Amino acid sequence: MFRTLWVWIGIPLIMIGIVAAMIIYSVNNPTDSIVERMLTYERVFRVIRQHASLLLISMTGATIVGVLGGIMLSRPSLYRAGRVVETIVNIGQTVPSIAILALFYTILGMGFRVAVFALFLYSILPILRNTFAGIDGVDYSIIEAARGMGMHPLRILTKIELPIAFPIIVAGFRTAIVINVGAATLATFIGGGGLGDLIVTGLAVRREMIILNGAALAALSAILLDYLIGKAEERVVKWS
Amino acid sequence: MDQLLRMIVDLLMTLGNGTLLSTQNEARGDLRETIDWIIRRSDRILDLMVEHLWLVLFTLVIAIVVSVIVGIFISYYETLAQPVLGVCQVLMVIPSIAMLAFMVTIFGIGFTSGVVALVLYSLLPIVRNTYTGIRELDPAILESAKGMGMTERRILFKIKLPLARPVIMAGVRTAAVMMIGIAALAAYVGAGGLGELIFQGIGRGHRPMIIAGAIGVSIIAVAFDYILYYGEKRFSVEGRTREGN
Repeated sequence: MFRTLWVWIGIPLIMIGIVAAMIIYSVNNPTDSIVERMLTYERVFRVIRQHASLLLISMTGATIVGVLGGIMLSRPSLYRAGRVVETIVNIGQTVPSIAILALFYTILGMGFRVAVFALFLYSILPILRNTFAGIDGVDYSIIEAARGMGMHPLRILTKIELPIAFPIIVAGFRTAIVINVGAATLATFIGGGGLGDLIVTGLAVRREMIILNGAALAALSAILLDYLIGKAEERVVKWS
Repeated sequence: MDQLLRMIVDLLMTLGNGTLLSTQNEARGDLRETIDWIIRRSDRILDLMVEHLWLVLFTLVIAIVVSVIVGIFISYYETLAQPVLGVCQVLMVIPSIAMLAFMVTIFGIGFTSGVVALVLYSLLPIVRNTYTGIRELDPAILESAKGMGMTERRILFKIKLPLARPVIMAGVRTAAVMMIGIAALAAYVGAGGLGELIFQGIGRGHRPMIIAGAIGVSIIAVAFDYILYYGEKRFSVEGRTREGN
């Protein structure tokens, strides 16, 4: 019990505490007037809020579309298309996130929505691929047996294929979220805001204090999310 | 050369006019403008591309040397393996722009920051693959090598590393592809490369520039992935003989 509390609440709180202390210190002790103006609580909260909504909206959409798409592609009638899509997804994942964001900027212009859309499309890829691979990897004799027992295809999907593929889908989700947090810090280049905003501002005015705070926040968000999902993943693997 | 390219483009454009692009006048104008710009500035784009490749290859060499040594080290000192891999994992999770920003506060703006950030990023895939590649060798092989009286050093260089090579190569491939994307960001901290086109283009609202930069980076990444994929296949001679083909 104590161990669970420590893993789920203790360690994350310590991480948050260190960064929060750093931010409070730097907001209260600015090195000069520029830092004082650029680094305020409102601004920090605003970029955190922007970052969170970037992540939340794009990840929710990507999870829904990715899982549904993966399920659809793994149906026997679409299986050939699934192989083709897998290749395309593999190439798509090789393309760097900054290139994706920049290309969407040239097509759709600046702004929060464009950033969300680009992140959404980019994070579909790992989820879609892993869902497809997970369901594809289910031993065919199990499905055959289920069919022999007279199970409906929908029941086969929900009772056999998805539970067996679940750990792989979660692994895809974890990859997607790590990529997404990294890419969300780049959203600021196309006017999407987020934690990258502080880093870019800091680099522009050459104030290390702002850079450090922004980088610490971005690193914290990524490490924390990866840590929590990693722990959840361990659970899932143990449980299934 | 320029004229030849222009002719090819004109030909393509006239073909395109009739079919694909005739409905989208604006898009056609954009495409035309982009191709024109790319031809006009092809020398600069090539320069930046070479700079990009130089940054990636230079870093890759350092990264391979450092990571393989670390990987070998932790394969001998098992207790250190999990902590070292954990640290590498955390380094890789940190968003790339945050890592570059940290490096700027330490090394200042320029090439060094980019190189150090890239090396730190590529640690995990190569260290992990070196470690698992060595760990997962058949103990019988190592035992027989020892039985033949080979020294530990010879076992490492004649048996462990050659047999782990395909796995290490897979890690190098992952690292290289990742590096190309991050090297594009390194332009933001003054390390040069194709990222410069992207950032300058966004700054000026110059679309052809952004498209040239983004597509250039993507092409390099995909090309590297393919080249290293075939390299991997060629290098894994051991795997082929074992399966008998």
